[in-house]
Amino acid sequence: MSEQSIKQTPAHIAPAPRLRLLRGAGIWIGALIVVLVLPMIFSSGHSVSMLTQMCSAIVFALSYNMLLGQGGMLSFGHAVFSGLGGFIAMHVLNAVNDGALVIPLELMPIVGGLGGLAFAIPFGWISTKRAGVTFAMISLGIAELVAASALMFTGFFGGESGISSNRVVDHTLFGFLGVSYGPSIEVYYLAGAWMLIATFAMYLLTLTPLGRMANAVRDNPERAQFVGYDPHLVRFLQFSLAGFFAGVAGGLTVINYEILTADALSAIASGTVLVMAFIGGIGFFFGPILGAILITYLQTSLSSFSEAWLMYFGLIFVGMVMYAPHGLAGIVMAHRPALRSGRAGKLLLSYLVAAVPTALLLVGLISLIEMGYHLSTAYMPEYPISLFGVEVNVTQLRYWLGAVAITAVGLAVFLWVMRLIRRAWHEVNAALGGERT
Amino acid sequence: MSEHALRLVELRKSFGPTEIIRGVDLDIHKGERHVIIGPNGAGKSTLFNLISGRFPVSSGRVELHGQRIDGLPPHQINRMGLSRSFQVTNLFHRMSVFENIRCALLWSMGYKYAFWKLVGRQRRLNEEAERILEQVHLQARRDVPAAMLSYAEQRALEIGATIAGGADVILLDEPTAGMSLTETEQAVQLIREVTAGRTLVMVEHDMGVVFGLADRVSVLVYGELIATGTPEEIRANTAVQEAYLGTEVA
Ligand SMILES: Nc1ncnc2c1ncn2[C@@H]1O[C@H](COP(=O)(O)OP(=O)(O)OP(=O)(O)O)[C@@H](O)[C@H]1O
Ligand SMILES: [Mg+2]
Repeated sequence: MSEQSIKQTPAHIAPAPRLRLLRGAGIWIGALIVVLVLPMIFSSGHSVSMLTQMCSAIVFALSYNMLLGQGGMLSFGHAVFSGLGGFIAMHVLNAVNDGALVIPLELMPIVGGLGGLAFAIPFGWISTKRAGVTFAMISLGIAELVAASALMFTGFFGGESGISSNRVVDHTLFGFLGVSYGPSIEVYYLAGAWMLIATFAMYLLTLTPLGRMANAVRDNPERAQFVGYDPHLVRFLQFSLAGFFAGVAGGLTVINYEILTADALSAIASGTVLVMAFIGGIGFFFGPILGAILITYLQTSLSSFSEAWLMYFGLIFVGMVMYAPHGLAGIVMAHRPALRSGRAGKLLLSYLVAAVPTALLLVGLISLIEMGYHLSTAYMPEYPISLFGVEVNVTQLRYWLGAVAITAVGLAVFLWVMRLIRRAWHEVNAALGGERT
Repeated sequence: MSEHALRLVELRKSFGPTEIIRGVDLDIHKGERHVIIGPNGAGKSTLFNLISGRFPVSSGRVELHGQRIDGLPPHQINRMGLSRSFQVTNLFHRMSVFENIRCALLWSMGYKYAFWKLVGRQRRLNEEAERILEQVHLQARRDVPAAMLSYAEQRALEIGATIAGGADVILLDEPTAGMSLTETEQAVQLIREVTAGRTLVMVEHDMGVVFGLADRVSVLVYGELIATGTPEEIRANTAVQEAYLGTEVA
C-alpha cells in the first residue's frame, strides 16, 4: 500500500499531513470495528473458529509478502517458520500446563514468533545471499529438509498424530475479567487483537529505513550496494522479521486448534500462503489480507460443500494469475479513480448485468465438474446427486447435454457482456482524463 | 598522498583470455574535474566498475584517499565516500523519484538497517531529499515511479541518486549520452553545481562537454592510458589526435 498509494497521489494535490493521518487512523479504527463485530454476525461455532483461523492466515500471508512483495524473495518454504514457531509455542504451552513454566496464554503468539525468528536467522542467513531463482530453490530445499526432519524427530513433532495441548491455563493476563479462553469466541478476540497488532507492526515496518531498502533491493540490488547497503543483510533482516511474524501466525493457530501436525510446515502449507498472497495481490500492503480471507474461507467452506474443492481452488488460482495478475487488491485499486470521482455507478450497472451470465456460466461449470467427479470417484455413479436442487443421474447423457448447454450459453452471453464492461470501463476512465489506472 | 582523492596503480582486468584494462596508472587530484575519454570499447566503463568494486580487479591497486579499496564490496567503498552513476540507467524503478533519492541518503545519514524509525518522521532526511530533488529539477515528478520518467529525467535522477549520499568522490559514466543539445547543456550545468567542492571523474564522449568542464583529461585507448593532461595539452597531443580525436578537433 505504502509505495503504490504514494505514487498515485502527486505532491501538490496530496491532502495535508494531519488529514492524511486522520484518514490513516480511520482505516485502522474501521478494521478494529470489523474485527469486533464480525463474530456477532457470524456467530456459529464453526464460523468463529473460521474467523480465528482467518486472523492467523492474515498474519501469515502478510509476513509472506514481506518476502515476496516487499523484498522480491519468492519463497516456497515460508510455512517452515509458522510451523516451527507453532511447535515451539505448542511445547511451551504444554510446559505451562505441566507447571514447568509460567507464561500467560495471551503471549503464546510472541513465543511462536520468537520460535519462528530463531529458525529464520540461520536459514535466512544461508538463503538470502542471493535473490531470484537461487533463493527460491534454497527455500524449497529447506522446506524439504524440515519436512523430512518432522518424520524423524517424532518426539518434537509428534509423528502422525501431531502434538496437542490445552489452551486453558492457570495464568492469563485477562483472567481477572473472567476470561479463560475456553470458549472459542474468547480465542477469536485474542487472535483478532494479535492480528491487528501484527498487521499494524508490519505496516509500520514498510515505512522504516529497512522496509524502504527492502523495496530498493527488490527493485535493484546492485544499485542498493552503490548507495551503501549490503543487499544480503537487507534481505536477511527482512527475512528474519518475516519469520518472526510467521511464527506469530503459528502461535495463533496453536491456540485456536490446540493441535499441530507436521502438515503445518509441509510444502502444501507453504504453497497455500503463496497463493493467498498472490491472489490477494502482492503489490499492495493490504492485498494478502484479502487473499488470506478468501482462501481460508474456501478451504473451510468449499471443502465441506464439495469433494472437488481442490479443483475449484486450482481454477481460481489459474484464473487470477491469467486475468488479474495484480490480485484482488489490484482490482480494487483499479476502481479507485472511478469511485473517487463518483463515476462508479455506470460500472456497477454493467457489473450487475454481467452477474447473470456469470452465474449461468458458473452453474454450468460447477455441474460439469461435480458430475465428472461423481462419475469417476463414486462407488455407484448411477446413484443420483443433487445439483442446484435438481436430481442428476450422471450416467444419463441428457444431464450432460444440459450442463454443457448451460455452460455454452453462459459463456457466450458472458463474453458478450464482457464487451459492455470493457466499453463502460473505457468510458469512465477516459472521462477521468489523465488519471492512470 | 593526501592530495590524491583516487589513485590507480598498475590496474589490470581480464575477462577470460582478453585483457581489457592493461596496466592503468592514474592519480586523481582532490577537487579536480577529471574527464576520461576514449573510443567505444576502450574500457572506460570497465575502469569505473573496477574502481567502484562492481568487478574484482585482476591485478594492481585502487586507493581512495590513500586507503586501498580494491577487493572491497561496493557498499563498503560507497561508505568510504565514493559514489557512481551508470551508463545504462540503474535505478529503483518501481519506487518514486523521491523514494529513490531518499534511499540514496539513508546510509550516509546514519540510518543503517533501522527498523524502529519511520522514514516519514525524519525531518532532516526528508528536507535533504527535497533539496536534492530541487537541485536536479525533478520536484514536479516527485511521486512518479522512476520507470515512468523520460530518458533525460532518468539521467537527472541517476545523478541525483549518485550525489545524494554526500560522497566526496563522484564517478559519472556518460551522464549526457543520448541527450539533446539543450538537455546536455542543462545536464552539464547540473553536474557543475552538484559536484562543486567534490572530486569528479567522468566518462564523456561529447568533446564540447569535455573541454568545457574538465580540469584535466585522460585518454584511454584499448585499455591503456595514452595521455593525461589539461584540455589544451590533450588537444595538442599528436598521439591523441592520431589514436582518437582524429580530425574532429584538428
Ligand atoms: N562483464 C564483461 N564480460 C566480458 N567482457 C566485458 C565485460 N564488460 C565489458 N567487457 C568488454 O570490455 C570491453 C570494454 O568495455 P567497456 O564497457 O568498458 O567500454 P567503454 O569504453 O565503456 O565503451 P563505451 O564507450 O561503448 O561505453 C568491451 O570489449 C566489452 O565487450
Ligand atoms: Mg562505457
